[in-house]
Order: sequence, then C-alpha cells, then structure tokens
Amino acid sequence: MRRNRNRLLLLAALSIVCVLCYAFYDIKGGFDYAFPRRMMRIAAMVLTGIAISYATVVFQTITHNRILTPNIMGLDSMYQVVQTLIYFFAGSASIWVVNKYLNFTVAVAAMMLFAMLLYRLLFRADKFPIFLMLLIGMVIGTLLGNLVTFLQVLIDPVEYLSLQNRLFGNFMSVKKELMYISTVILAIAFLYGFKIMDKLDVMSLGRENAINLGINYDRMVMNVLMLASVLIATSTALVGPITFFGLIVANLSYQYIYTYKHSVLILGASLFSIIALVGGQFLVEHVFELNTTLSVIINFIGGIYFIYLILKESRAAQ
Amino acid sequence: MKLWLLILAAIALSFVSLFIGAIDISLSDLVNGHTDKVEIFLISRLPRLLAIILAGAGMSIAGLIMQSLSRNKFVSPTTAGTLDAAKLGILISIFLFTDAGYMQKIVFSFAFALAGTLLFMQILDRIKFKDVIFVPLIGIMYGNILSSITTFFAYEADILQNIQSWLMGSFMLIMSGRYELLYVSVPAVILAYLYANKFTVAGMGEDFAKNLGLSYKWVLNTGLVIIAVISTTVVLTVGVIPFLGLIVPNIVSLYLGDNLRKTIPHTAVLGVVFLLICDILGRIIIHPYEIPVNVTVAVIGSAIFLTMLFRGRAYAKK
Repeated sequence: MRRNRNRLLLLAALSIVCVLCYAFYDIKGGFDYAFPRRMMRIAAMVLTGIAISYATVVFQTITHNRILTPNIMGLDSMYQVVQTLIYFFAGSASIWVVNKYLNFTVAVAAMMLFAMLLYRLLFRADKFPIFLMLLIGMVIGTLLGNLVTFLQVLIDPVEYLSLQNRLFGNFMSVKKELMYISTVILAIAFLYGFKIMDKLDVMSLGRENAINLGINYDRMVMNVLMLASVLIATSTALVGPITFFGLIVANLSYQYIYTYKHSVLILGASLFSIIALVGGQFLVEHVFELNTTLSVIINFIGGIYFIYLILKESRAAQ
Repeated sequence: MKLWLLILAAIALSFVSLFIGAIDISLSDLVNGHTDKVEIFLISRLPRLLAIILAGAGMSIAGLIMQSLSRNKFVSPTTAGTLDAAKLGILISIFLFTDAGYMQKIVFSFAFALAGTLLFMQILDRIKFKDVIFVPLIGIMYGNILSSITTFFAYEADILQNIQSWLMGSFMLIMSGRYELLYVSVPAVILAYLYANKFTVAGMGEDFAKNLGLSYKWVLNTGLVIIAVISTTVVLTVGVIPFLGLIVPNIVSLYLGDNLRKTIPHTAVLGVVFLLICDILGRIIIHPYEIPVNVTVAVIGSAIFLTMLFRGRAYAKK
C-alpha cells in the first residue's frame, strides 16, 4: 500500500509540474490575455482527462476486459459522422454549427443513442467472444469511415478546414460556454460515480459473487454503462474524439498501481491523463511547435500500445 | 456455380457498364459512326470497363493469395494494412520530391506496400494464438496505425482533404491515359496462376510444405510481391477499394474449396462481377451524378462480411 501511495504522490507531483509549465512557460506580452486562455485549456484537459479515465476504467470492469473502450467501440466514429452530416447538409454558417448549444446537444444525443444500441448488442456478449465484438465494431467503423470520406471530399475546402477542427480532438479552441455546461453535466455524473465506487469493487469479482454479496448486478451494469457513455459523450462533444486515450491511461494505471480498488485505479488513471494531455500539449505547442493536434499523436502512440496489449493478451490466453 | 455462368454474367454486366452514363450512347450510334459519341466511348467508357475488370480480378486474387499464405480466411489487403501502407508510400513520395512523378509514386508505394505486408506477416509469425477473428483484428488496427502516420503528415501540410479525395476508390476519373498502369498487374495475375499449386501447398503450413519439397520462403516472398504489385497499381489508379479482396475469395471457397488452381479463375471472374455490380449501382442511384465505388463496395461488402462473421464462424474454422 505504501508503494502505491508513493507512486501516486509521484504522479501528482509530475502532473502539477506539467500544469505549471503549461500555464507559465514563455508568456510574452499580455499576461492578462494569455493566462486566462491557458487556464481555460488546462481546465478542459483536466476535466476531459478525468472523465475519460473514469469512463474507461468502469467500462472495462463491467465488460471484464482491458482492451475495449467506449471510444474504440464506435462512439468516436459516431461523433465524426454526426459532425460531417451537419457540415454536409447544413454548412458551417447554419444554426446547427453556429449555435454551440444545439451542436453540442445533437452530438451528445447521437452518441448516447448509439451507445444504447451498442450495449443491447453487447449484452449478448456471453454468446459472442469479445474479439468478435471488437471486429464487428471495426467493420462498422470502416463502413462509416467510407461513407464519411465520400461526404468530406464533396464539402467545400474552406468548410472542410472548419470541420477538420472538429474531427480531431483539439484543446486549442475549447468554447467557454460549452465548458460551463460540460462541467455541470460531468460534476453530476462524477457525484453519482463517486457514490457507486465501492459497489464497483465488488462487481469486479464477477456476476455470481457480486449477486451473492447483495448487488443488483444487472441493473448496476446498465447504470454504469450509461454513466460511462454520458462521460465519454460529453467530453467528446467538448474537445473532439481522442480514440485511444482512455485505453492508454487505464492500462498504464493497471500496470503501475497494484490494487483492485476503483477509487485508487481511477485516481492513478486520471493523474496519468493529466500528465499526458497537459504535458503532451506543452510539448506540441512549445517544444516541437507542430501544427498537428495532440490527438493525432495520441492515436498513433495509442494504436501501437493497443497492438502490444492485444499480443500480450493473446499470449496470456494460451 | 459454373464458371461459364459467371463469365456470361460478367459479359452481360460489361455491356450494361459500357452503355450507362451521363450521355446516352446506343449501339447504333457506334455503328453509324457518331463522332462525339464514339470518342466518349473510346476515351471514357471502354477504359473504365477495362479498369474495373483489371482492378476487380486483381484485388480478389491478391486477397485469395493472402488468405492462403496466412492460412486465415479473414486476411486481405484491407485487413492487413497493405492498402494503408501503399497510401503512406504515395504520401511520402510527394513529401520527398516536390514534383513527384508517376515513377516515384509507383516505386515508393510499391516498396511500402511490400514492406508493410511483410511486417504484418512477421507480426503474425510472432503470435501463437492465431484465431480467425483475432488476426484480422490486429490487421485492421495495424492499418489504422499506418493511416495515423499518413494523417499526421497530411495534417501538418494541410492536405488532408486532398489526400482523401485522391485515394477514395472511384472509377469516375478513369480515362484513356490514366489507367494503363493497371496492366502491370496482368503479369502478376498470370504468375499467381502459375504458382497456384505452390500456394495451395504453402497454405498447408511451413513444415508440411517443406516436407513436400517446396521452397517455402521463396513461394511466400513471390506471393507477397504479387500482392504488393496488384495493390499498388490499384491504389494509384483507382484508389482504395475496401473489402473486395476479403469477401470474393471467401464466397468462392464456400462452394469450391481451397485448391487455388481451381479457385483462381472463379475468384477473378466473381471479383469482376462484384465490382461491376457495385460500380453500376453507384452510377444509377443518383444518375446523372455518381456515388464512388468505394462507398457501394463498403456498404455491400461490410454487410456480407458481417453475415459471414455471424453465420460462418464454424465454416471459417475449418
């Protein structure tokens, strides 16, 4: 336990360093101009980092695996489809884009709807192995991708630039108004999530044991899945999709911290995500001075990590 | 199914393909020597048909060889990163040479497609757990990682939409002078037929093949070169056509088994028929405009693939 505490303290210290670096490094000219904006981005990164960490860890507990995440299962492609459809049929000057609340609501609603359909399918997961589910998710992803590409090619190039900002997770252009609503939604979700933390520990023992210990298992599963989708949908609608992010931070946390307790695991994953997002954004903006958004890099690293995990899992399965 | 029935279907569909389009051309126009229409026929319609035939037969055979060599029914250029590697090669050739000509693109794309497929085969060699579902899963992920590298560079240079439009599989822009590269795949296809028996034996496993006196490595490498040649020529002229190399060989092997000498002709003709149907549908649905063939293939192909996944798991295990 002591080892865990030390490790968490180390992570916390690192994340504070990252935040400080990002907040104060190389502020030129108007401090009053740059500082509030940087704080806004940091707030967005911390908030989405925690939301994605929480959602991924609980989702993986419920589905008893360490590879699937709600993002990989297609929530992200759904977001891209919705935004592309909006830009294609209505355009960037339409109310569907200009009114940020409307755009936000539509995106969240579409992702929630998709999540519900998906979970109905997932509930037959005892019939189908997890890899099959994943492959089906990816085939659907390829299909959606081809449809979306077709529409994106037809869109006016200027409009496309505006759409492109939404297709990749991006912390540079977080909208202030959306920050407020997302904070409220996420705060309510976290409140509930905090209450059920102990139950999750019991649920990780498996269905039979959990029911024996007095958990209304099937109802809890539904509640937790809905909670996870709310968290992912809200954070994706706020900053855009970062597909492999949850996978990386959750698995780093499992490997680095030895415990079954969700409160500790989620804390670890959240700290990892703050380090990765704020530190990564710092590197992209100030050290490498790249055009690219952080999410493109995270997807690349995350993809390689995903293959590593899948190979490891396949060895373990023998 | 009889081969001559398939050929008959292909010929009938070819006729339909020749006489569908924004401008009405009838047989009598050609006979009467209507200059404009004959010109359109020779410059646009005929090359388009030839391109469809070459691409359809080539991609299907590439898929068939891949499935035989990897001994997995669900491996194909789409699900093993070959097409994504070819894409990456084209992008890199554009980056390295500001005025990348056809030759440079061909060389780079070919080298990347070959190296990419080879690397995937190496990864496959490493894993012991070669489940039918598991292998394509890794393959698609591997392709996504390669794509994310492409996205990274394209995003930096602001040519994302551009890249998408070139590489979207479509016969819309095929004219005489723009498709002749596809003829390079003809020798590859002939070589595939000559090597058919060797591929069949190689498909029985390395040890078995060696016991029968086959130079396994040589056959494997020849197969990979054939796959890379076909994939490169198709990606460069037509673009990415998903699922084609996956479903066509599977349908043929359902009724004809796994002897390549027997299945190659069927696979080639069925690939042509399938691609012709998809292309004709794309041209009819929003006539006089067109839906690119990658969309129609993705919709029909993913439906067939999902059915195969659900129904045919028992079959694929054989």
